[in-house]
Amino acid sequence: MTDASNWPEQLYDLLRSANVTQFAYVPDAGHKVLINKSLADPQAHSIPLTTEEEGVALAAGADLGGERAVLLMQSSGVGNCINLLSLINGCRFPLLTLVSMRGDFGEGNPWQFPMGQAVEPVLKAMGVIVLRCDQPEDVIPTVTAAITMVFQSSQAVAVLLGQRLIGAKKF
Amino acid sequence: MAALQKLPTSNLPEAVLDRRQAVPALIDRPQDFLIVTGLAGAAQELSAMTGNAPNLFAMGGAMGAALMTALGLALAQPKKKVLCVTGDGDLLMSVGGLATIALQNPPNLTVICVDNGHYGETGNQESHTGLGVRLDTIAACSGFPAVHTINSDTDLEEGRRLLRESGLRFILLRVKEGPPLKEKRNLVPHMERENFRKALLG
Repeated sequence: MTDASNWPEQLYDLLRSANVTQFAYVPDAGHKVLINKSLADPQAHSIPLTTEEEGVALAAGADLGGERAVLLMQSSGVGNCINLLSLINGCRFPLLTLVSMRGDFGEGNPWQFPMGQAVEPVLKAMGVIVLRCDQPEDVIPTVTAAITMVFQSSQAVAVLLGQRLIGAKKF
Repeated sequence: MAALQKLPTSNLPEAVLDRRQAVPALIDRPQDFLIVTGLAGAAQELSAMTGNAPNLFAMGGAMGAALMTALGLALAQPKKKVLCVTGDGDLLMSVGGLATIALQNPPNLTVICVDNGHYGETGNQESHTGLGVRLDTIAACSGFPAVHTINSDTDLEEGRRLLRESGLRFILLRVKEGPPLKEKRNLVPHMERENFRKALLG
């Protein structure tokens, strides 16, 4: 049995083996390994964004050109994406996003709760399927399922990486 | 009355070009490019210029999406020349995308902002650029290696040349208020995607 504790490294390899080449992100500690690996990968595009909705439009453009993108963001960034999810929903673009959660299990900063707790309902309201990982063993099977749903079935899927998994930031 | 004043830094000449001549004169042969447009005027104009050809992906909504959609496409298709054609209102909504694009520096992408200084679709309210905000300066300071501003017919030739060279470009095409070229468009969004992908990817 493989060790699930290094799931971030395995996750990068999984995304690359699924031909994801455009890694778009607003930096977050929960995505540090994926970001650094994309920066070190000459075969991938590592695309820092100024705001998360840029990544929604980028994913649409990647699909128009026959490439695959992933949007890495923190839960607070989900709110920035909402209107541009019209583009994904209306045009039936595939969208894969990995969301590192705040305002979730064990959160110590009250500013994080309004958006953190709204992530699931607002994504669902815009037609995005929400999957969730709370244990290291969940990550690879869940993202594997998401990849099939997104790139084979042309769905929009958000995989939430819960604070039980990534740890609550200490204050 | 809370009237807005033109910025004291505003220093561009009055816009004189008619977009219905200036946009076709600048782009010349739209069939040479993959084109993403923002909603409203730019989408209508390019639909009319191309007869809704499948090398055009024209937004019917999703304001602010054109710029970054064009980046995703340009990165995915490095051998094709990609144009983003959009208005000042759409670009103002996604202005951070200029910084994101400059960091990627795709040599096959040109951004054309058709700047009429107004929100033409919603009652012709003056936009930030109409009041003196300069998107060409913002693009240059964001790191676009080549920026060209077209105020009059004499500036068009340099724009046409830049468009056909390699290198990331930003072209500010300043036009006066007035309607774009128009043609009846297909507004079914998923058909836009399907037609574009089928023509490009088979």
